Parts: sequence; structure tokens; C-alpha cells
Amino acid sequence: MKRPILTALLLAVILVSCAPVDLNAPVPIYNTGVDPNAWAVIPRGPFLSGQFNDPVTIDYDYQVMVTDVTVEQYVSFLNTALADDTLKVDKDKIVGLYPGDMFRGFKHEVRIDAGNYVIVPLKDRASPFSYDGKTFSAKEGWENYPMANVSWFGAWKYCGASNWRLPSEFEWEKAARGSADDRPFPWGRDITKNNANFYQSGDPFENMSTFGSRSSPVGFYNSKSYDGYRTLDSASPYGLYDMAGNVWQWVGDILPGFSDRFMHGGSKDTYEKDLRVWVRNSAPPTYYGPGVGFRCVRDTK
Amino acid sequence: MQSIKERFQYLFASTKGLILTAIAMIALVTAIFGMLSGPMAEWGVREVVVRLLGMRLVQAEREGRIIILYHSIAMAVIAIEAYMITSLLKMKGFYRQAVRVLITAGYILTMIFGLGFAYWGYNWAFHGLFITGLSLIFFAGVLLVIALWPWTKQYNQPDETYARTKGGVDMERVAFFATALTTVISSVFGAIPGSFYGNGFETFMAQDIIRLPEKTVMQYSVIGHLHIMLALIAIMITLLIGRWLNFRGILHKIAMPLMILGTVVLNLGVWGVATPLEPVAHMIIYVGATPAMLAALLLLIWEWDQLIREGTAHVNRPNFGQKISALVRDPLRFGPLWQMLFMNFTTSFVGIFMAVRLDAIFRVWPASEERIELTGHWHALSAIIATIILLYYGDIIGLKGRIRQWYGWSMLILSDIALAAVTIFEMKRLFITEATQQPLVNTLMVLMDFGLGMLLVVLAVLMVWRLLDLFTGKGRWKEEAGQELSHEVKA
Repeated sequence: MKRPILTALLLAVILVSCAPVDLNAPVPIYNTGVDPNAWAVIPRGPFLSGQFNDPVTIDYDYQVMVTDVTVEQYVSFLNTALADDTLKVDKDKIVGLYPGDMFRGFKHEVRIDAGNYVIVPLKDRASPFSYDGKTFSAKEGWENYPMANVSWFGAWKYCGASNWRLPSEFEWEKAARGSADDRPFPWGRDITKNNANFYQSGDPFENMSTFGSRSSPVGFYNSKSYDGYRTLDSASPYGLYDMAGNVWQWVGDILPGFSDRFMHGGSKDTYEKDLRVWVRNSAPPTYYGPGVGFRCVRDTK
Repeated sequence: MQSIKERFQYLFASTKGLILTAIAMIALVTAIFGMLSGPMAEWGVREVVVRLLGMRLVQAEREGRIIILYHSIAMAVIAIEAYMITSLLKMKGFYRQAVRVLITAGYILTMIFGLGFAYWGYNWAFHGLFITGLSLIFFAGVLLVIALWPWTKQYNQPDETYARTKGGVDMERVAFFATALTTVISSVFGAIPGSFYGNGFETFMAQDIIRLPEKTVMQYSVIGHLHIMLALIAIMITLLIGRWLNFRGILHKIAMPLMILGTVVLNLGVWGVATPLEPVAHMIIYVGATPAMLAALLLLIWEWDQLIREGTAHVNRPNFGQKISALVRDPLRFGPLWQMLFMNFTTSFVGIFMAVRLDAIFRVWPASEERIELTGHWHALSAIIATIILLYYGDIIGLKGRIRQWYGWSMLILSDIALAAVTIFEMKRLFITEATQQPLVNTLMVLMDFGLGMLLVVLAVLMVWRLLDLFTGKGRWKEEAGQELSHEVKA
């Protein structure tokens, strides 16, 4: 009698853990009212950097995108870049030219020579865009979600195409933290589930029995209520949204002897500890995933 | 008054009472602080605990808090091992007494004031007492090394069935001595960076900087320290289990030199991480780890053979089933060695696989994935050491019959379910993508929470029973007050 029960239990466990995930499940459509084409000015001056509040001065003004680059913005770039041959299709991915990094031969350093590198994958079901062989388009409902499943090369290309650039770690951190204090989160000292999209934050984009945590539209945490779900205004001191949670953001620094690229901000898939402004993640520049996006900076005119 | 004095004597002056006190302290700390992370945090339990206990958790201090928590638990584990050593091995009464007094005061100061400092707003007097506690434990370690000095005639091994030199020096005692000595030296690799706080050294978790191509000497020192301390705790418990089971014979004669060699070389390799030897340090570590693990394997072979022989002594020609049945008839004797074997699946093989395929597989994923693997790896190893201690403790307190079976198998099955789930969780990126992982993650989380949660429930039941026992005049505690582990070594 005991054996069939145990077998049934084991089977149930296996079936539950192997349940298929519907990656095409519709996403909630919300207009957050935050303009993804807006930029915020970050004034020159000192700020406190890192977990131990090292004083750092950035001696120039710069501008940062108020939100992450959206899927709609990125597919528009992809279509333009394919049309003018800046990017091209290579089997199951889009590739673009990168001039290469200096190789120093450090332990675990991977050589990145000049050549074509992956920008976005074409057949990854987790991508928020689709490609019909000619044109890219955002998957239905995903237009104002952050662009994800994009490699560091893809982020670098996007910013570079408009003569912008990826932020340095210092630029990113100052934009997230402001210069007035040593706050760990863009909005202040404490975090609640209504501040940001992180793992098990109970937002309308989560379904932990199937696809888990998903990203939220850019600027979602702006004190508005969406179908009864109330958010807190979680902008940074300079008015930037989603600088903590939602998707990790690639930054531009290249550390000598280290082929990985850094990301900041934490994501929908991480616990709140990773949302602290000083926390770093890194991955090879060819990596892409549903929890990684980016935003650009530009110099003030 | 006399009855309180007697119980106090039992809890703080007898071997079994001291072990019980330390286990109870660890259980309490684990129960409270385990509610601050993982699923307990997700379910909102953390917020309640923080509010109820008036904790003050500053985001920037998270890493420092965790380091103090790890040290608080680890010091109590080291104290348990010290109690076992001082009870199982011959040494002068003064040293036995001094080591016990110092290490008990040390771990209690470390735990109470360390956690008080870390979780209830940093009171620097508490920090001073935390450091005092660690210093007392260090001093106890120095005395233990002196007490274990093996090249003294009175500690020679007269019995030729044990590993010994031609002159009669007890090789097992040399192994204990080498492990204790290298533990004391290795603690310095953590103490020196710790003493640089305020002079440029900053708290970090090793898994957060593992990928950076350049690390400071202090960072390397801390990374070496955390690796070797856990390895030495594991080696020491292996030696203790061997002594309890009365490991002897030809395998003992092979195992003890291997254990000594492995311990010394492993330490040299890990210390080398913080020196210019760093580029070859990993190779030295592999060279040291191999004989130490081989020695543990020999202990396993010997004890399992013993179990089979004893269990089939009444059968003329035992078949395979009878042998297996004999092997597993006593979970408290079978279990510690099984856990050492199981450790290879959850920790050693995973670690070696990661090291061998690091660039090809693991470093194509984000550092956050590697962090999960490393954190899981250390938690699994720590949990296995804890269960080995608890299995031995089951024998120490004389569990018999059905309770012995239930306790032993609960420890083994529950921990192994949880640790198998942890291992799959760590390695999940090998076979599932981020976008499709959630159902698998849910199942693994349930298995982990169930395994560890129920294990803690079993431990809680045991602790409550021992607490109630203290209220009875002629309880088990009274019998245990004068008992020593050396008298209970298996025949």
C-alpha cells in the first residue's frame, strides 16, 4: 500500500516540476504615463559611491534616459540598422560589428577581437519581440516594457547608433542614488513590495506557478494605482524610474583583464538585496537573458 | 539552590551537558535567524520577527551581519568538536579544563554579543566583547594544540592494530594535532583582515567578488580563511567519528598518514592563496584534498564492513540483501559515513565539475548564477557537517530502539532530500532556461523547505525533550553528568 502512494507522490512532484511554461501568456497592458523618450540631467559634482560611501566627483553634467530602453524603441532601431546594413542576420541571431578589446591574458579572461557579435537572438521564445524574416516588431502588449534578451553588444550598438553611450558605473550609480545622501535604494532607505519589481514582490506581472516573475512596463512604480494595485513613487532623486528592479542594466565600463561586463540595479528575478545601488552583477558581453536590459546616457549640449 | 547548581554543573561542566548547551544555542540561533531570509522573508515572516524582536537591519550592513552570524554558529560548532576531542583523547586535566572553560566563554560571548552588535544596532562595547569571545576561542585552540602534542611517551599507542610509528607515536593523535594546529594558524588569515577594519579593509562576501580578476591580499586571505576553516571542521569531525567508531586495522594504518599529509598540504595550498604562490595554490589544494578524502573513504569502507560483519554474524553465508540490511540497521552508525559519501554528490563532485568546466560552462552565465552555486555549495557542506554531529549526538545521548531508528533516519532522509534539491537548484542552468525554470524552482524550494524545516522540527523535539528532562530530579541529565565519550567508544 505504501509503495503506490510513494510512487504517485514522486510522479506528482516530477509532473509539477516539469509543467510547461506558457511564454506567450498575455501581459497586462498599462499606460504608466512616463515618457520613455525623456532624459534627466545629472549635474556635475560629488556623490557617495558604493556600500562604504566613498566620495566620488563627476566633473561634467550628463543626461540619462528616464526609463530603460523599451521594446518599441529597440525594434525600431533593429529595423533601421538591418535596413542600412549596420546589423545583419547570422543564422539564428542578429550580429553587429564590435572593434574588439585589448587582451591582457588574465586568468579566465576571454579574448574579444574585432568582429561580429550577437546583438539579439532570433529564436529565443523568451524574447519580447518577434521577427518575420524582414521586420522586427514588439510582441503584443510588450511595447512599453523594457527591452530584454539583448546582449551587451546590442546595448552598446543601440546607444552608439545615436551618438549616445552606455553609462559608466559611476554615472549609473550617481543617477540612481543622487548626491544628497547614502541611500541604498533610489527612493530612500527602505524597500517594500510596492517600490519595485523584484522576486516575489507580488506585482501584477508575477505568476509563480507558471512563468514566475516578469518585467513591468517602464515607469510603473510611480505612485499610480493599476487595477487596484497601488505603487509607490520610486523614482531616483533625479527622476529616473526602474533604477532598482525590473531588469538589470548593462553599464559601459571595461575593466582591464576582465572580459565580463557589469550590470546594476537588480531585476525581477532577484531578491531585494540585489536592488541596492552598489550591487554589481556581471556576465560575458555575449550573454542575453529575459532579466537584462539597459539605458543610455549622453553628454549635455 | 543545590538543584540549580547541579543542573548548571551538568550544562557547563560535563562533556554531554556542554555539547547539549552548544547544540541548543545553535538550534536557537538557526531558528530565529533562519526566519530572516529565503522563503521566510518571501512569506513576510521576516518583517514580523524584525518587529517583534526590535532588530535594526541596515541595508549597507547586510554582509557584515551575515559574517557575524556565520562566525557565531561556527564558533559553537568548533566548541562542540573541542568538547568531543577533550573527552575522547587523553590529555592532562588542566588542559582539558582550561580548553573547555575558555571555549565555552568564548563561543557564548561571540554569539550573544556578536549577534547583538550585528542585529540590534551596533553597540561598540558589544563588538569588543564579540572580539573578546573570538580571542578566547583562539587561546583555547592554542592550549588544545599543546594538550594534543603527540610526541610524549604517555600518549604513545601500545596497540599495534592502530596506526603508529616504529617508536610508538600515535598517528591518529598526530592527525588530531595537525588539524588543531592548522586550524589555529588558519584562523589568523581571517583575524588579520578583520583587524584592518577602519584601515582600508571593507566587508565583502567572497561569492560577490569571485569573478574580479584582481583581488587584494586581504581579500585573498579571507577567501582562503573561509575555505580552509570549513574544510578543517570537516576533517576534525571525520577524525572524531573515526575515534568514536574505534577505527583501527590496516585501513587505519593507511588512512592516518594520508589524513596528516592531506591536512598539511591542503593548508599550505590555502595559505598560499594569500601569497605570491596564488597561481599554483589551487593545484596544491587538489593535491592536499585528495589524500584527506581518501582517508575518509577508508574509514567509510572499514566501518561499513564492520556493520555488515556484525549484522550478519549469525548467518552462515549472507546474501546481498542480508548484507544491505545489516549495513543500514543502525542509522546512527551508518549515517555519518553515508553523509560523507553523499557530500561528494552535493559538494565535492559539484565543486570539481565547476572548477574543471568553469570557463566553458559556468562563466558564460551571469555572476549571480555563480553566486547561487557557491552559496549552495557552502550551505550544503555546512549542513552535512551539522547532521554528522547530530547523528553522533544521537548515540551520545543513548537513543535506543525505535526512537534511535526514527531520529537517525529522519536526520538522514530529510537532510538528503533538502541537499539533493539544493544541488539541483545550484546546477539548474545546465538543463533549464531562466524563462522556463519557475515550476522546477517551486518544486525544489518545497523539497528544500520541507527537508530543512522538518529536520529543524526533529531537532526542536529533541531539545524540548532535553529541556523537560532537566526539570526531573533523576533525569537523563543526571546519568550523563559524569559520562565521558572515551568510555563509549565502540568495542
